[in-house]
Formats: sequence, structure tokens, C-alpha cells
Amino acid sequence: MSTYVGQAMKRKEDPRLITGRGNYIDDITPIGTLWAALVRSPEAHARIVSIDKSAAEQRPDVIGVFTHEDLAGDFAAPMPMIWAPAGVEIKTPEHWPLAKGEVKHVLDPVAIVIGTDRYSVNDAVEDVIVEYEPLPVVVEPEAALEDGSPLVWESFGTNQTHEWSVAGGEVDAAFADADVVVSQRVVNHRTAGAAIETRGWVVEPRGEHVTIHSATQIPHILRFVLSLCCGIPEDKLRVVAPDVGGGFGSKLNVFAEEILAVLLARRLQRPIKWIETRSENMAVTHHGRDQISYVEMAVKRDGKVTGLRVRSVCDLGAYFMALTPFIPELGFPVGNGAYDIPAVSLTFVGVFTNKFPTDAIRGAGRPEVTHWIELTMNKVARELDMDPLEVRRRNFIAADDFPHETALGIVYDSGNYQGTLDKLLARFDVEAFRREQKELRERGIHRGVGFSTWVEVCGLAPSRVVGPQGVGLQGAFWESGMVRVSASGTATVYTGTSPHGQGHDTGFAQIVADRIGLDPQNVNVIHGDTDQGPWGWDTYGSRTLAVGGEAVARAALKVQDKAKRICAALLEAAPEDIELVDGNYQVKGSPDKSMTMVEIAGAAHIPPQELPTDIEPGLEETSFYDPENFVFPFGAHACVVDVDVETGKVKVVRYVAVDDCGPAINPMLIDGQVHGGVVHAIGQALYEQVVYDEDGQLVTGTFVDYALPTAAEVPSFETDRTETPSPTNGLGVKGIGEAGTIAASPAVTEAVLDALRPLGVEWLDMPLTPMRVWQAIQAAQNGGAGPRATEQGRALDEHGGGAAGSGPTGPEEGGAA
Amino acid sequence: MIPAQFDYEAPESLEQAVRMLHENGEDAKLIAGGHSLLPLMKLRLAAPTLLVDLRRVPGLHGIQRENGSWRIGPMTRHADLQDTPELGVVAKAAGLIADQQVRNRGTIGGSLAHGDPASDLPAVMLALEGEVGVQGPNGTRTIPGAELFQDYLTTAVGQAEVITEVRLPALDGWGYGYEKFTRRAEDWAMVGVCALVKRAGDGSCEDVRIGLTHMGSTPLRATAAEEALRGQGLDASSIAAAAQRAADGTEPPGDLNATPDYKRHLAQVLTRRALEAAAAA
Repeated sequence: MSTYVGQAMKRKEDPRLITGRGNYIDDITPIGTLWAALVRSPEAHARIVSIDKSAAEQRPDVIGVFTHEDLAGDFAAPMPMIWAPAGVEIKTPEHWPLAKGEVKHVLDPVAIVIGTDRYSVNDAVEDVIVEYEPLPVVVEPEAALEDGSPLVWESFGTNQTHEWSVAGGEVDAAFADADVVVSQRVVNHRTAGAAIETRGWVVEPRGEHVTIHSATQIPHILRFVLSLCCGIPEDKLRVVAPDVGGGFGSKLNVFAEEILAVLLARRLQRPIKWIETRSENMAVTHHGRDQISYVEMAVKRDGKVTGLRVRSVCDLGAYFMALTPFIPELGFPVGNGAYDIPAVSLTFVGVFTNKFPTDAIRGAGRPEVTHWIELTMNKVARELDMDPLEVRRRNFIAADDFPHETALGIVYDSGNYQGTLDKLLARFDVEAFRREQKELRERGIHRGVGFSTWVEVCGLAPSRVVGPQGVGLQGAFWESGMVRVSASGTATVYTGTSPHGQGHDTGFAQIVADRIGLDPQNVNVIHGDTDQGPWGWDTYGSRTLAVGGEAVARAALKVQDKAKRICAALLEAAPEDIELVDGNYQVKGSPDKSMTMVEIAGAAHIPPQELPTDIEPGLEETSFYDPENFVFPFGAHACVVDVDVETGKVKVVRYVAVDDCGPAINPMLIDGQVHGGVVHAIGQALYEQVVYDEDGQLVTGTFVDYALPTAAEVPSFETDRTETPSPTNGLGVKGIGEAGTIAASPAVTEAVLDALRPLGVEWLDMPLTPMRVWQAIQAAQNGGAGPRATEQGRALDEHGGGAAGSGPTGPEEGGAA
Repeated sequence: MIPAQFDYEAPESLEQAVRMLHENGEDAKLIAGGHSLLPLMKLRLAAPTLLVDLRRVPGLHGIQRENGSWRIGPMTRHADLQDTPELGVVAKAAGLIADQQVRNRGTIGGSLAHGDPASDLPAVMLALEGEVGVQGPNGTRTIPGAELFQDYLTTAVGQAEVITEVRLPALDGWGYGYEKFTRRAEDWAMVGVCALVKRAGDGSCEDVRIGLTHMGSTPLRATAAEEALRGQGLDASSIAAAAQRAADGTEPPGDLNATPDYKRHLAQVLTRRALEAAAAA
């Protein structure tokens, strides 16, 4: 059946996008459009004493200035947070689109100005005079948990938002019986999504109806939530996601500005436009990660890991976005990593700080878990004086043990972890590397290698598992697909997923083309418009192919079935005797008797007399697919770095990735996702960090200071695959969009540690900036007090704790138990 | 990211440009390539009400060799410097400025007049002991490189003066090295070092000049290191000993990426590397 699936087809959408013929949010400006700009707090925590709008309102180019009080009657509900796990109290502050009485982080919106053009409305923002009474600020999550800390929300009496735990197996017994307990404090620092296109919207009212074009990943969810927050029925709201220039999770939310858009469009009855500035994007589009984790592994002398216990302190910022407190916990299903660990206990403690909220950024909870597990496995290997790859082999879930239920009750669908590692090692000769490393070291070149044998949970999600009666998300996560064949025999595919760079237009066309017998060039994919096609649950969690693609494939098979019935009737054969071969619907055994889809589509729309009347006209089918399980892609990565030990600068010189996401629909799309994902993780490991100073001011407000890596900083990637089908869906596929990001940070970090270990450096927390690496080398060389990394310009202990050795179970005590 | 309102003029003569600057006072700013000024305006850290664009003024482009020096028009793009290898260390440093898009727009005159101590060309200017010619309401004058950079983003070029040419000694027979340390290729220098070495007939160091980028509020000369090397051999140990003095007397500003201590360390390492390159040439 596969003519097109499996081919490395070039992306159908690219000629349009790379020649400037895309239709991004800033390409849309209806006649008479007004502009919006926001008055934002320069303080991280303050009481609003007064707001004087008069000077701004008197400007001839200003239509209006609106504060929370001005719009209070228009808000139907506060901004929702949708996680409500049974039996766990989550302290959830009221979150309104404009600050009510107090501001809680820098650039917290205080008022919105509507004016006649983009420039003057930004001038008018400066004319709104807000008087603030500063309040004490807390920015470090562990400090925020201490008695006497300033409180972000006075009414709660604590900065702790919640504590959520999951455990399976005999954890205490595993640690009591361990030969060795290895401990490590691991920091996964705060990062930004940093999509090339910032957020933005254009909103158009038509009487009671409002259309909002938004640079969003989630048009359907956005409409649902806007309806709730604005009190406008969903049938009178239309959300359109035009071409969207990247998201990485940062556009997976309902943002304050979008609610203001709909309410003000309704009130003013004029189109309004807002394009987020890059400075706003760095400060008020949600961040990701920001966890400090205390990891302990119970190990036997033979290298078998018998227990894992982790307590993670999660900096959630000042408010909750839709999923804020849930994102750290999203890592729990892969709490075992790729390993058969019989006892696992994970605890997540959420903390308020005076920063912007965290939420889903590419990987969302799973990179953090992978970073702990992979680096702690390496530490186990050193503790036992074993090869880190041998420790992995001894703990891998065996290839013949799938589906595999983990200690936490999660069923890994399929896997062959030894298989991807073997394929990696066929490309990467470890012994040859170690010889080269030794020779280079003699010449003063410090080269190191790090490995990651990662597993991911994605394909969000089986609705009953994660929904209100399961994990507690107040939503569902099935997906829709609709295939419509036109009278002239071309196809339009509607998907409820909403791409922002993934390549749906190409991959979905390949899937449908094979199943209905058309060329992918004649299959057009439509998405991102709530007025077109069936309801859907949008794009995140590497769900596009494994959930959305399966829905589309099922709809296409329904079309194929109907096409066969039409063909059978016209060729005077039984429907079960019609087979689709190379684009022809033909009678089994009589290939000369056949019809093309073009001919069948014509008959479906303009029925000939020979077509029985019990076959409905038209050729259009819809499928709704709710998966029974997640999917679990996996792989093995190797990273090689050179460290300039005089300056601390790290250069990635080689990167090899062998991944398994099931049978490839389009290998070129997979390679693209792996490349981007790995760069994202290299960014986290070596370059990127969102930094607030002790006053809560954002230090990394531009791309000068937020060091996103560029093509100049990364090597040419070597990628390869194995293909282990998933039993979860008919395509056998698993997501790959987040995989590289989940996989790579421990490989990069371990490569640096491997290069520096002869100098005495045992641990480094990300990002491994030149100064941090240099300082660690200095500390290790000057007296062995253990590495003391710094937080980009400041000593780490000012930041609420050092790198290694300052946790409740410091690594230096973490030897034999 | 949205600048405040401003007027824009593109005069067709130097005299017109000077007059516009003079008449509008502090509210008027010259714009050349715009790659330093426009980001400041978009962040509203600068809000001039008049931009005077030099793009139509004739005679401000080009690179010419005159006797023992180079005469470079202030509107000459970094990309043109980068593509003129005869310029030696100037070409090398220009090729390391930001990325190619910035180098296609940014100009040598703009970079020198802006006086950012983290930019590459000011320290090169200082080490080369070049000079700039300026024209203002009171006529023309010459400002030596050593007097050009007065403080952070502050130069001796007057508000109503325009740099009309940049003169750099060709330093035939000198070796050079330029070491720029960044986190990413496109970044400003955390520390940069321009080293120029003249080897005597006996192989020793006849003369040496070292310019430091981003080690203070202006570009600096590493005079202690220069003195330590002048007259000495150009072997590895003499170079290393001199480089140890590279940060003497400096008070570099700390920032997100580097503490003052780390910067002083980098200055020593980079000075050694730049001197080694210069001595090997």
C-alpha cells in the first residue's frame, strides 16, 4: 500500500514559506485596523497605588485606555488552569488578563492602550502614569520555601503551590538493601521557547461574532477557553491560526492578551491588532524547565539499579497558565527511563516566585527526567568502576519484554533499546574514540564523549488516562481527521492538529495519498481554522502523527471503502473484490477492469444511472481517534565535544543520533525534527538561560543576553534510525518532534565532564557557559573542594544553592551506603 | 521594539549634514549603517528626534593606500574591510564582527563614532595608532586614536561633527593577531585582543602594540604587557610572561557572561595567543 509513505518527500509548504509567500499574523491587516499596546510593570512585585490614564487618553491618536477595573464587568471568568488531580490541593491564584491591585512579575500587564497606529500607541503607553508601592521579591524557589520568605501570594500564607507524588515497587526496601546509593542534585534551569515569530493577533468583530487570528498552536482549545473567559458562545467565536512561525510549546496557551483582544473588539467594534515585541516575548511568553531535583539511585554491585527516588522543587512563577503546575509531572511516565527499575518514587513540589509562569516548552517535564536519569546512570558507572554503556545494558528493559509495565504502572508500548545502542556503536567506535582522546590529550586537546539512551512518552493522549477521572486534566486528547474528495478527484484533508513548522501538509498528504489512490501533490491539508473541519485538540506533546495522523489515516480508509463500493457497483463486482493497486481501483484477478480515483470521484458527485441509490452521493469521511495508550519513542545518542581548558569554552564537534519513532512516514521530516530538537537541547546545555536578578528584573531580555545557538555553533548531525512499530496506532508511529530535545542535554553535559574528568571536575549544572566551566576547572585544580560552578556572573550560592554538594544528600556523601 | 517618533533627512553634502546636526543640537543623530543606533532606538534607550543619514553624501566610501597608510571612507562597510586582506588586522577583525548581515550594513565610521568598548574596531584603531578626520561647524580637524575614545559610548567627535576619513598606518613588516572571545560567533566580544609585533633583525621584539576590547569603559592599550615584551625575545616564554601583564591596571565591567576576574584571565590567555600569532607572521 505504501507508494508515498516512507519517501523523503520535500516539504510541500516550503516553496511558499521560504519565498515570502506565507501568511503569518503580521501579514494580516484589515482595513481600519486599530493597534494595541500594553502598559507593563517595571516592578517584580508591587501594589498598584494609582493609574493615571488622562494624558494618554487625551492624545488624538488614542481610542481608549483600559485597566482591570474598566474591564472587570466584561470578564466572565479568570484565566483557567486545567489540572485538578484527585486528592491533591493546588493553591491556584486568581489570574486575570490585567493586574488586579498588585503586580507579581516584571512586565505584568496593568493596562491596554488602543490607538490608531502601532507607533503612537506605543508612545501613548509611556503617557500612562502608574504609581507602584514595591513589595518584597523572591526569585529563588528553594529560598521561597524557607520560613520568613517574602510571599508571592500573601493570602496562601506559603509559596508552596502543591506537592504531588507517585510511587511503585518497594522503594524503601530497595534503598535499605542497596550495595551503593548514588545521589546527585540536578538543576534543569529556566529556558525560553524563543520561536522565530513572536505571538500576536488580529481580531475582527462582526456584530455578535468575533474572529481572532492568532499565532497559536491551539486554535480549538483557544476558542473553548475564550468562550469561557469572555462569555461569548463558541458558535459566535472563530479562531484562525494562520501560518505560525514556530511554537516549541510557547504558543500552547491562552494568553492574557488574547482575552483582551476579544473583549475589546466586541466593545469597540473595530478590528484590532497586536504583535508581541521580542522583549515582551522573552518576559511574558511562558518559560520552561526550572527544576532543582534531588536524585538518589539504589544500586547493586553488579550494576543493577534497584531503586530510584527523586524530589524535585519546581519553580512555577507567579501565576498559573493552563498547565503550569502539571508540566513537571508530565515527565513521570518515563520516570524509569529506558531501564527496568523495580521501585521508583517521584515527588514534585511546586513553588511560587516573582517570575513569569513556566509551562510547556519542547519536551515539557521529560527533558528534566532524562537529564537526571542519564547523568545519574553515569555516576553509578563511576561509583562501580564500570563502563557507563555496560551499566545501561544491564538495566535496559529487554526487547522481548514489551509491552512493558513499569514500576509506576505505565505500559511502554514497544522498544528495542539495545538495538538503537548497537546501531549507534556501529557508527561510533568507542575504542577508537578512546585512543584518539588519549592522543589528543597528550597534545593538550581535551575531547570528551557522552551518551544518552533515552525514552520518551508522547502521542498525547489517551483521554481516559489523562482526563478528569485519570491524571486530572480537564480536557480530552483524541483527534479528528476528515478527508474530502472533490468532484474532479482532488482531496482536501482537515486535521484538528495545528502545525507551526512540523510539516503536516506533506506528511499527511503522503498518508492520505497512499490510502485513497492519489498523488500527494493533489492532496491539500487544511488546519488551524475552527470554522473549517471537525473539532480537534491542536498540536503539542508530539501528538500530530501518532494521534492526528492516525485519525486522518482512518478517515482516508473510510473514503477508500466507499470508493471501492462505488467502483464495485460500476464494474459489476463485489466490493471485497476491489483492490487499490498503484493508484488504481481494480478487480482482483482482472487488473484490466479498473477505475482511477478521478473517475470514482466523478461518479460519487454526479451519480450515473448504474450507481445504486443506496450509495449516498459525495465522497467525504471523518474519523475521531482516541488512542488507548501513549507511544514511547526511544534512541541512543553520542555527543563529542572539545573543551578549551584555558578559557572554558565548549565546542560540539560531532553528534550522532540513532532514533526509533516506528515506521517512517517521511525520513526527511524526521531528520529535520531530530536536528532541531538536538539544537534545542544543545542550547539548553551550553548556551540558553532565562536569568532574573535578585530584584526579579529579567536580565536576559533580548537575544544579546539570551544566547540562542545558531548554525555556527552546531556540527553537521549524523542521524540514523531503527523502526520498531508501536502497537498503539495503525500507522505504528511515535512522535519525534520533542525527541532530540529530551535526548541530548545529558549527552552534551557528560561529554564535557568526560573531557574534564582528568582535571578533577566531577559535576556541572547547565548551562555549561565558558565561565562556569573555567571556574569549575579552577576550583577542581585549587584544592579539590569540589567544583563550584557559578550562575552566569554570580556565585551560585547567592542563587539558593551551589551546584554539587549542597543538597540534603550531597554527592560527596553519596558513595557507599 | 517600537521606536519613538523621529524625522529623517538624507542630505546630499557634508556641509548640509553638519548644518542639520548643528541646528538641531542633541536631538539630532547621524546614522550610517544603523546597526548600533537602531536597536537602541527600538528599545527606546535612544530617542533622537532627527536622524541624518549619510548615505547620499559623496566621497565617504572606499579604501585607498596613501604613502604609508590606509585612508578609509567612514561609510565603508565592514564587509568591504573583511574582503580587503591587504588591510591585515583590520580585515581580520572586521570579519569577526557580528554576522554577515551586520557586516553588510555596519560601517567603520559608525563603529568608531559609537565608541562601544565591546566592538572590535576601536581596539584595533587604538593599537594601530590611527586617526580620524572630522568636519564640523568650525571646519576640519584630526583626532588621534588615543584621544578618540573618552568613555563608555562617548568619543571626542563633537555632536555636530562628522567623521570624514579614517587613517590607519599600514605597519608594513609588522605581524598581527586578533583574538576575539565570544559565546556565539555573532556575539560582541567578552574580551578581544589586537596584537601587533615588529620583529627586529635579530628576531627579538623591536616594537609591540596591544589593544584590548571590552576590558573597560573604553578600548585600552595593554601597556604593561607591551613594555614587558619590547626588546625581549619572541619565544613562547617571553610572550607568556608578557601576556601575564595584559590585564594590569584594568577594571573590566562584570556582566552576565563574565566576572571581572574571568575577563582579566581571558585577557591574559587571548593576549598570549594573539602575540603568538603576531610573532609567527
